[in-house]
Amino acid sequence: MIAVVDYGAGNVASVVRALRHLGGDAQLVRDPDQLRTASHVVFPGQGHFAQAMRQLQASGLLPALRQSLQSGKPFLGICLGLQLLYQASDEAPGVAGLGLLPGQCHRFAPGLPVPHVGWQQLRAPAEPHPCGLESPGQFYYFVHSYYAPALGDAVTALADYGVPFAAAVRQDNLCAVQFHPEKSGQAGLDYLAAWLRLA
Amino acid sequence: MHTVRLIACLDIEHGRVVKGVRFADLQDQGDPVELAARYDAQGIDELAFLDVRASDQGRDILRDLVAKVAQVLFIPFAVGGGLRTLDDVRAVLRAGADKVTVGSAAVANPQLVQQIASEFGSQCLVVSLDVKRMGGRYALTSHGGRRDTGLDAVEFARRVADLGAGELLVNDMDADGTRQGFGHDLNRAIVQAVPIPVIASGGAGRPEHFAEAVEQGGVHAVLAASVFHQGDFSIRDVKDCLRSRGIPVRT
Repeated sequence: MIAVVDYGAGNVASVVRALRHLGGDAQLVRDPDQLRTASHVVFPGQGHFAQAMRQLQASGLLPALRQSLQSGKPFLGICLGLQLLYQASDEAPGVAGLGLLPGQCHRFAPGLPVPHVGWQQLRAPAEPHPCGLESPGQFYYFVHSYYAPALGDAVTALADYGVPFAAAVRQDNLCAVQFHPEKSGQAGLDYLAAWLRLA
Repeated sequence: MHTVRLIACLDIEHGRVVKGVRFADLQDQGDPVELAARYDAQGIDELAFLDVRASDQGRDILRDLVAKVAQVLFIPFAVGGGLRTLDDVRAVLRAGADKVTVGSAAVANPQLVQQIASEFGSQCLVVSLDVKRMGGRYALTSHGGRRDTGLDAVEFARRVADLGAGELLVNDMDADGTRQGFGHDLNRAIVQAVPIPVIASGGAGRPEHFAEAVEQGGVHAVLAASVFHQGDFSIRDVKDCLRSRGIPVRT
């Protein structure tokens, strides 16, 4: 079973639909025990950094989430689900993220319209990097006002919006993307299919 | 590199597409699911559904339709038309829409904008402005352009952006249906007034018009309906035109 963590954030159903479309047994999960028994875990997200961390704590999902991250089972963070893996965010000063990845998420500076809404082709980072599941030539759909740092050993693909930022990261069993694979047409479905094949 | 978005709008009434759709090879020319899939295959970046009747009864049908489309379509889609309350918005988002578009309801009750943004996030809220030029001002109208609200469209744009709108859809009621191009003066005025993305709508007649909306109006996305439905030119024609003029598009 693929657990899609339902912690009260918006638009989680579309992730479930996309995974089911690909033949995956995706379920919205609010119960920590279900999270522990899942083979794959998706941590989707739209909403507010602080609110999401609060909800994870209040619902008792946080320990189970940390456990599944450490268990080695395939894990996928999407959008806010990527940002929450970092230590902190401008969106919620003083609120600690999950801290699995070093650094802090920032808000896009004024100049370009925010939120950043639209499709982008990804590019590879300059330094040697792990191999991601995304395809650099393809376009993916983004909607966000905050971004994760472009530098870091786990970053597999970058996108640019005034500044370069992390579009995709990978570290052991952990994959995370700033774009919405469930809304990125065939390229997004291909990403999800590749992730489902991880065992 | 960031790309300009091309959005196709389907006018819906009782769960069917209205306004002439002329693709001869469609099985059922009024079927929104079939047409949505068609546009997806042609490379549209986003879809918008507008419930033109927006009756209470129509809303249930709309919700069913949104659910059906969400099963087969994996690109962003926005749904609007007659959404008046937080409950209306919740129902459409739960059914599978990624964004909602509110127009008249935001004029009648600007606090609705704030409520939607704080409950569901700015990223899922498009505020739609129907604008007409009246006596040297950009008049914000409601009810399909029939009523002058007495408000200034640029002022209102600023206000709803402050309240948490994620994007603005500017319907130029003077340009709409003329096929003479988008209203660049109006679009530029709005783009300069707000820090959020602006979508131009009304006036598309040729692929070059889309490029001009970006070059002269400064908009971040362009929406059209009938020129796509009637097959005057294709999504690809528009994207080819944009690309040839140095405007990045998704291909």
